[in-house]
Amino acid sequence: MSHHVLSLLVEDKPGLLTRVAGLFARRGFNIISLAVGTTEVPGLSRITVVVDVEGLPLEQVTKQLNKLVNVLKIVELDPSQSVQREHMLIKVRVDNTTRSQILEATNLFRARVVDVATDALVIEVTGDTAKVEALLRVLEPYGIKEIAQSGLLAMGRGSKSISERVLKNS
Amino acid sequence: MPSETTPVPSPSASARAEHPVLTGSGAILAALEKLGVTDVFGLPGGAIMPFYDELMASTAIRHILVRHEQGAGHAAEGYAAASGRLGVCIATSGPGATNLVTAIADAYMDSVPLLAITGQVFSTSMGTDAFQEVDITGITMPITKHSFLVTKPEDIPGVLAAAVHIATTGRPGPVLVDVTKDAQQKSAPFIWPPKVELPGYRPVTKAHGKQIGAAAQLIAESRRPVLYVGGGVVRAGAHAELLRFAEETGAPVVTTLMARGAFPDSHPQNLGMPGMHGTVPAVLGLQESDLLIALGARFDDRVTGKVSEFAPHAKVIHVDIDPAEIGKIRAADVPIVGDAREVLLDLLPAYRDVAKQAKPDFSDWWKRLESLRAQYPLGYTMPEDGLLSPQWIIEKIGELSGPEAVYAAGVGQHQMWAAQFIQYERPGAWLNSGGAGTMGYAIPAAMGAKVAQPDRLVWAIDGDGCFQMTNQELATCTINDIPIKVAIINNSSLGMVRQWQTLFYDGRHSFTDLNTGHDTAMVPDFVKLADAYGALGIRVTKQEEVEPAIRLAMETNDRPVVIDFVVSRDAMVWPMVPQGVGNSQVQYARDHAPEWERE
Repeated sequence: MSHHVLSLLVEDKPGLLTRVAGLFARRGFNIISLAVGTTEVPGLSRITVVVDVEGLPLEQVTKQLNKLVNVLKIVELDPSQSVQREHMLIKVRVDNTTRSQILEATNLFRARVVDVATDALVIEVTGDTAKVEALLRVLEPYGIKEIAQSGLLAMGRGSKSISERVLKNS
Repeated sequence: MPSETTPVPSPSASARAEHPVLTGSGAILAALEKLGVTDVFGLPGGAIMPFYDELMASTAIRHILVRHEQGAGHAAEGYAAASGRLGVCIATSGPGATNLVTAIADAYMDSVPLLAITGQVFSTSMGTDAFQEVDITGITMPITKHSFLVTKPEDIPGVLAAAVHIATTGRPGPVLVDVTKDAQQKSAPFIWPPKVELPGYRPVTKAHGKQIGAAAQLIAESRRPVLYVGGGVVRAGAHAELLRFAEETGAPVVTTLMARGAFPDSHPQNLGMPGMHGTVPAVLGLQESDLLIALGARFDDRVTGKVSEFAPHAKVIHVDIDPAEIGKIRAADVPIVGDAREVLLDLLPAYRDVAKQAKPDFSDWWKRLESLRAQYPLGYTMPEDGLLSPQWIIEKIGELSGPEAVYAAGVGQHQMWAAQFIQYERPGAWLNSGGAGTMGYAIPAAMGAKVAQPDRLVWAIDGDGCFQMTNQELATCTINDIPIKVAIINNSSLGMVRQWQTLFYDGRHSFTDLNTGHDTAMVPDFVKLADAYGALGIRVTKQEEVEPAIRLAMETNDRPVVIDFVVSRDAMVWPMVPQGVGNSQVQYARDHAPEWERE
């Protein structure tokens, strides 16, 4: 597996996400996860995409993305030079015998319970992929009813900002 | 973009004057005029009617009413490819827009600067499956360089200026502008020049000096170099610079299907076309080369054959204005991102500098290439069924019409023969659908070329299959006084498919008979069809009729001419590299071919 985390700074134009996603599909690049949101600059959005580039150079992916007129900048975020987080909501089955064990696991992972019902809990967890997956493994035996997961979010460490140079140039 | 005028937004006196209030339609027209557009091809319909109402009054822009929107698209392509200027086509929403799709895809594959303007239903109806509504920006997303949807009249000047800028700069390509009917009807102040902000679009044209130096060094160290010239050289208008550079280095040149004419065929350094139906010297020259100098070429599968066996001993200098082409198929030892013309201008002095110390010696290389040339000249045998030879006819058309004429081909056997047997001496003389392989390209493309260059003799070299896809534009040609010449190379079949069936499918000719030729029902009768369109129709079945028919066509300029050359269906395109094998297995002719594995 050769996963890479790319951060794209893009103009917030209609159809932009279709352009990016369509390009991935068309060129045979595999999207593992995708997260889109606004940035500190009005009119600019940021797409964090985890791409699996088995069998082709990452360079081809970034070059093709760069050809999209609304894509301003692409940065690859190295795991050691960036913070990477994903967010998950997990609905897990509980009863009177399992509730305390599940709450304990939740605390160990520094996750939070955000909804309580007599036979289920919704647990919110934030962390890198490994942590989220680990919690999921722990909860699995109790019966997971539902999962909602965000794409990976990532940001370079230090004081530099992805939008700095782009703004200076324009 | 080569010479002539490339429309770019330019400040003008009117900018300082008061901004007139125009309807969106008026703004489209005014913007096109300001952008230097003089000819457009299109067909009106409901959602584009407000614009057509404005267009009717224009004296600066000639509109040519086509009979099918695909014809408008290919005509705009032919116009652009022949002249180097932007081609413009216009259609209404829904089916009007989708009929442009093939031409837009074609322009995308062959990097043709094309502006497609489509009407869209009212913005308030969008998304409701309204009458003649399709999401054309969505449909064309993968086949345009960029596309715009305009719903407000005030956005029109900026969008059109941006669209033309994107279509004509960097690697040229098609841009679609979809304008809703309400945006055409409502009014806004017309501000010109508009503010065009494209922060994500900055094509690099000037190459890195270090890379230029490295390339010059590699060339000086090479012993068996080949200049592998692609369509980018034509689009960049780099032919003069290429000629100087080629002569300075003395390296052999191959011109791909898209680059025929980028380097004169009469030049002794030209080995001809490489690829599946390339000349043996060009194909084997690339195979045996130790250095490929790829200029605006993209290592297309029809050129490389099996990529892992393509030019196995060669280092690669890859020059392209599109960074994504470099390393896409073949890794480059020296990647150079830049405009072919600017790169060649920089490369020449850099090479001179390096070669001053030791000029490379290519004499052994040329000895080898000359022997290939002597042994395997491009040629053909006359058919044994007594019918006309298609190659001979095409060669004659080229001989009699000369290098100043324009030749637009359809797709198939006749296209390959036209690429092989006509001498091209200048860029823009050869128009064809190289990447997309669009049957039906020839007639409308020839029409567009003739509109762009009315003083040139323009031939459509077409097949009987291709001709039946777009011949309705003969009506457009007759009515609008666009006297193109059409040579139908009528072998009564989908010839290239038939050739593959003969070679790879045990001669099982599945659904490739068109019944238009010798000993068939001849439906349709091309001469009668030409007559019905108001064109001069001539049928040629004997060798002695060929030259007089071509001459009559050349002399007839009061209407289009269609010559139905009834030729042998057994003629095949040679040489040939079968698909899926290495280019070293190029076959000179069928007798020289081993039994091929089935596809």
